[in-house]
Amino acid sequence: MTGTTTPRSGPTPRPSPTEPRSYHFPEFERRTLPNGMRLVVAPVDKLPLASITAVVDAGASVERAGQDGVAALTAQLLLEGAAGLDGAALTDRFERIGTSADAHADWDAATVSLTVLAERLPDALALVRDLLRTPEFPDREVARLKDERLAELLQLRAEPGALADEHLSRAVYAPTARYATPAGGNAASVRALTRDVVRGFYAERYRPATTTLVIAGDVSVDRAADLAHALFGDWQGDVGATMAHAVDTSPITRITRVVAKADAPQSELRVGHAGLPRRHPDYFETTVMNAVLGGLFSSRINLNLREEHGYTYGAFSAFEWRRSAGPFVIQTAVKSDVTGAAVREILHEIERMRSEEISTDELTLATSYLDGVFPIRYETTSAIATALSNLVIHDLPEHFYDDYRARVRAVTTQDVLRAAQRHLHPDRLRIVVVGDPGVIATPLSEIHGASVEIVTPDGTEVAA
Amino acid sequence: MQIPIETYKLDNGLFVTLSEDHTAPIVAVNLWYHVGSANERAGRTGFAHLFEHMLFQGSASVGANEHFELVQRAGGTLNGSTWLDRTNYYETVPSNQLELALWLEANRMGYLLPAMTQQKLDTQRDVVQNERRWSMDNQPYGSWWERLPALCFPASHPFHHSLIGSMSDLDAASLEDIEQFFATYYTPDNAVLSIAGDFDRVDARRLVERHFGPIPRGAGKPPLPDMTLPPVLGGPLREVVPDDVVLPRLFLAFRSPVFGSDEYYAASVCGAILGLRKGSRLHRHLVREQQVAAEAQSFTYDLTKGSDLLVLDVTARPEAPAEELERAVHEEVDQLCDTGVTAEEVARAVTLIETDSIVALQAAGDRADKLSLFATYFGDPSLVNTQVARYREVTPERVNTFARARLGRDNRASLLYVPRDTESTSANQELAEVGAR
Repeated sequence: MTGTTTPRSGPTPRPSPTEPRSYHFPEFERRTLPNGMRLVVAPVDKLPLASITAVVDAGASVERAGQDGVAALTAQLLLEGAAGLDGAALTDRFERIGTSADAHADWDAATVSLTVLAERLPDALALVRDLLRTPEFPDREVARLKDERLAELLQLRAEPGALADEHLSRAVYAPTARYATPAGGNAASVRALTRDVVRGFYAERYRPATTTLVIAGDVSVDRAADLAHALFGDWQGDVGATMAHAVDTSPITRITRVVAKADAPQSELRVGHAGLPRRHPDYFETTVMNAVLGGLFSSRINLNLREEHGYTYGAFSAFEWRRSAGPFVIQTAVKSDVTGAAVREILHEIERMRSEEISTDELTLATSYLDGVFPIRYETTSAIATALSNLVIHDLPEHFYDDYRARVRAVTTQDVLRAAQRHLHPDRLRIVVVGDPGVIATPLSEIHGASVEIVTPDGTEVAA
Repeated sequence: MQIPIETYKLDNGLFVTLSEDHTAPIVAVNLWYHVGSANERAGRTGFAHLFEHMLFQGSASVGANEHFELVQRAGGTLNGSTWLDRTNYYETVPSNQLELALWLEANRMGYLLPAMTQQKLDTQRDVVQNERRWSMDNQPYGSWWERLPALCFPASHPFHHSLIGSMSDLDAASLEDIEQFFATYYTPDNAVLSIAGDFDRVDARRLVERHFGPIPRGAGKPPLPDMTLPPVLGGPLREVVPDDVVLPRLFLAFRSPVFGSDEYYAASVCGAILGLRKGSRLHRHLVREQQVAAEAQSFTYDLTKGSDLLVLDVTARPEAPAEELERAVHEEVDQLCDTGVTAEEVARAVTLIETDSIVALQAAGDRADKLSLFATYFGDPSLVNTQVARYREVTPERVNTFARARLGRDNRASLLYVPRDTESTSANQELAEVGAR
């Protein structure tokens, strides 16, 4: 181009970094109350704020068979009546001190969390005590929250991305595996839940010995411990039986499934298989390998699909870390007419990760990113509380966060190749596409010769 | 809560804000350009946003895709975003990499054009068209992003047209457009730079001067057309949109006082009383008590020219027909206009907003973005330190005055999504099933 004004002196030269300043993950201390309840406190006094996360070993993975979704429903119901206050009154108590409590359950834990001005921490903790110790589960609220979950499931049916996620889980895990059904349950399982089931789950799982109170913020360890003793010291109760769920996967084959959405302008695409449990010894190698494959903006899959081909707004991969083997998923949304080509590129990138070592340049991009970004991840009290909660949920080593950066930097190109060969499985990939079967079924069937199943959003097979 | 603030201007007009905080070795660099979709010319809707994508395609000293790679290799995070009246670019990096972030931003502010090619433009056009499909065309309710402003602002107004742009306008964008837009709007005197976090102020001033100082100021940008609007819409407006959705959803918008005005804070508190969190009126009455809604919230666009918009966003429960939802929301608004708000409601809203505003100052990147916001719109980043006080000054009387003036039937724009008939046969059966429980 011509005719542009540019500064006479020309661009300034590319700079070099100065000496880095040291960083430590916030120091924290653990205490255990006589009743077995645990406390983790990280004093952080940057701003007059405090974040609380109460972690209870009451996630979906400890539900009894036939009660899918009870963990999520129980956690949400904590906010709908406790200590003689109804849901509206509880909401009001929290909001008058400038906060709102979030209560939910995912696969591995139920959590109650909030952030509040530090001067309001005692009030907030007293309310958290009420929720955890004396919830009431009113019939009316059980019915309302069940209805809201059913409404949410209907909504998800209309969201191509959510629909693709759900169908990938169904394709990866055996129908009997808990992971095949959403953590919050499906319509049939949620309809079957009753107040008694909820009360039973609460009685077995919400106990001092299954609960850890994490506090990060402008408070001392001793002050936090005093508050915990005063509010939870006389909480009693034994823990019920733990359920052991199978995490069986479907037979080792490739599956290609199209969830029909006529006239869809775009295909929501998921490619994946079962991954690894969080405490797998290859965690760091696998994390770095995934960063190179599809974890970063500058990853192979995103640069290929977005920057080279313009097929998509973004493409990413992730290992979903759970106590048992959660899914490994590559996800993207591509223009309908390039769906087959996009799948080919993804399969090619998986094969390439397994067949040759990555370059040193790619390795250091991933490791220096994960190393350098570490302090940026823990700027807020709620992020620190969440990190400490994960330490508890996955029973990670006490120095996990202190050691994290050195462990990442120690990963080699050979480690990455080994992780790819061990933990990426082209022969058992599930390919799920929510899109227009008229446009995408034929190109998909040409990819590896296998037949393409076409199903409706609820999973019923459509005759080809 | 007051954060330290220092401001100055370079000779070329670049407005600089520095805010030190040494608690962690992190620094945020944040640039706002005072240009957004409102500045687009006819036939080029979506161009400001497409241009934002092009700013990540390299510059004289930076290769294609290298901007992202260099920041990530340095251990930083980055992105950009486009809004109706501004575009921002930001990096948060380890503090020893401050100069890298400044250099990258200066290199593309001063020397973008040598790196622009037709191929890069074509690829980013594809990427943006896919972004449109993903965020709007293939997303339930997704078209509200362009339908609501189109409903609330007249066709001649700069806020009327689509921010993401039409497919045909995106197709028409050329390298000549890039050159012209860059020369007109991407100049130091049309930008603000904020640096927040762990840095030495003398070093930072030196680095800013080194990298940004030589960039010449621009020739000035064309003025926007008159943005002034009547305070009310002038009658109830209503658009019903059949869509691939299973539950009806209503966006009810009101023209409201512009961001930064005294009346804005009363409007914001009024919005919070109606729709902020579960203790708000809409949640309490429609979700919890009447159970006609599954979700309810409110928000403002925070526009500083012409008119702001206050929006109520309410999704129906499966058994609630769209018309019943719409009637219930209108009744809530009527009720508020008729009987006013209580001191307790104002206190609840202000207390929540106060905590949120302190929480939002924790991360260096968020801090820098807030400083750029107040610098861009008002030329005074220290306004970030006055926001809580302005909320605390809001009284029930001021909220009621706002409600009487702006929440009447002559100022309501209703955008109602309903399930598309042809698509909803099976969904309706399921709805009936849920409703019959």
